[in-house]
Amino acid sequence: MDAHAHAGEHEIEIPYAIYPRPDTGLYNGKLGIWLFLASEVMLFGALFSSYILLRTGSVDWPRGYTFLNIPLATANTFILIASSVTVVLAWANLRLGNLKLGRIFITITIACALLFLMNKGIEYHHEFVEGRSPSTNNFMALYFTLTGLHGLHVIGGVIVFAYFAGPGAKMWHEDRNRYTNRIEIAGLYWHFVDLVWIFLFPTLYLL
Amino acid sequence: MSDHAIIEVPPHSSADEAEHAGVHDPNLHHSPEEIKREVRVYLIVFVALAALTAVTVGSFYALKSYPVSVAIGVALAIALVKGSLVAGYFMHLLSEKKLIYAVLILTVFFFAVLIWGPWLHHNSPFN
Repeated sequence: MDAHAHAGEHEIEIPYAIYPRPDTGLYNGKLGIWLFLASEVMLFGALFSSYILLRTGSVDWPRGYTFLNIPLATANTFILIASSVTVVLAWANLRLGNLKLGRIFITITIACALLFLMNKGIEYHHEFVEGRSPSTNNFMALYFTLTGLHGLHVIGGVIVFAYFAGPGAKMWHEDRNRYTNRIEIAGLYWHFVDLVWIFLFPTLYLL
Repeated sequence: MSDHAIIEVPPHSSADEAEHAGVHDPNLHHSPEEIKREVRVYLIVFVALAALTAVTVGSFYALKSYPVSVAIGVALAIALVKGSLVAGYFMHLLSEKKLIYAVLILTVFFFAVLIWGPWLHHNSPFN
């Protein structure tokens, strides 16, 4: 009997979506997200490496605080930290069996992410109005590349959380543990996005 | 090839079955009291992160007259503490499985190479 014929007879379940594999001690999704985050560290690491290379090799490095909007970036830092907390609160409430509160906290996370993107949009608009673009100098090229890539990650997070707060929440009624695990690994991704911003903020705005 | 070699059957029927198989998933076995205690810790970490953000900005203004190396050292030290709080508590790295630590040790090593590479190049006598 081949695999397709077997699949027709029984519904194939993804292995170890809920319970951990005995050999790794982890459910597969969790190991998967950590391997993905490891690759993300390399992606952002390469850009931070470029920043160090260009800054240490420059005789006159522009200082972000002289023209970037520090109050708005500080507000964005608070917003991302708050969104990290709402994700863990969503996960905790799902583990307590409270889908309603879990979805409310996921929705607050999405609202925080959208607020962050709106503030970033205001900043970008201001830079372009002032005639600063990625081609202005190495600092601005790095500023737009790093914050742009980070912004894309925020958009990615919004899409994932919007799915789980909306149509994806059906999974809760079929298998609540699996849904809870999905929120945990989406949360791990989101905390990484927060972590990157924690280092981007002082690097680009204050130093 | 047998069917068993093609399709793996997961241990999914109950938490007891998983426990019996020698595996333990903390997400499924924490009591409501333990989870509520975790929530209190999350809120304390949130307050600490917010306070450290304020300290980051405050120290930036306070250290403006100092050499830039001092400002860089202070800002990155605070960022490191904040990052450790996020990774340790929100990403629950303080109580993770060995395999994740192994992956992260490898990641940190290559990240360090990426960061120190250009720095060493800059300070190289051959540069």
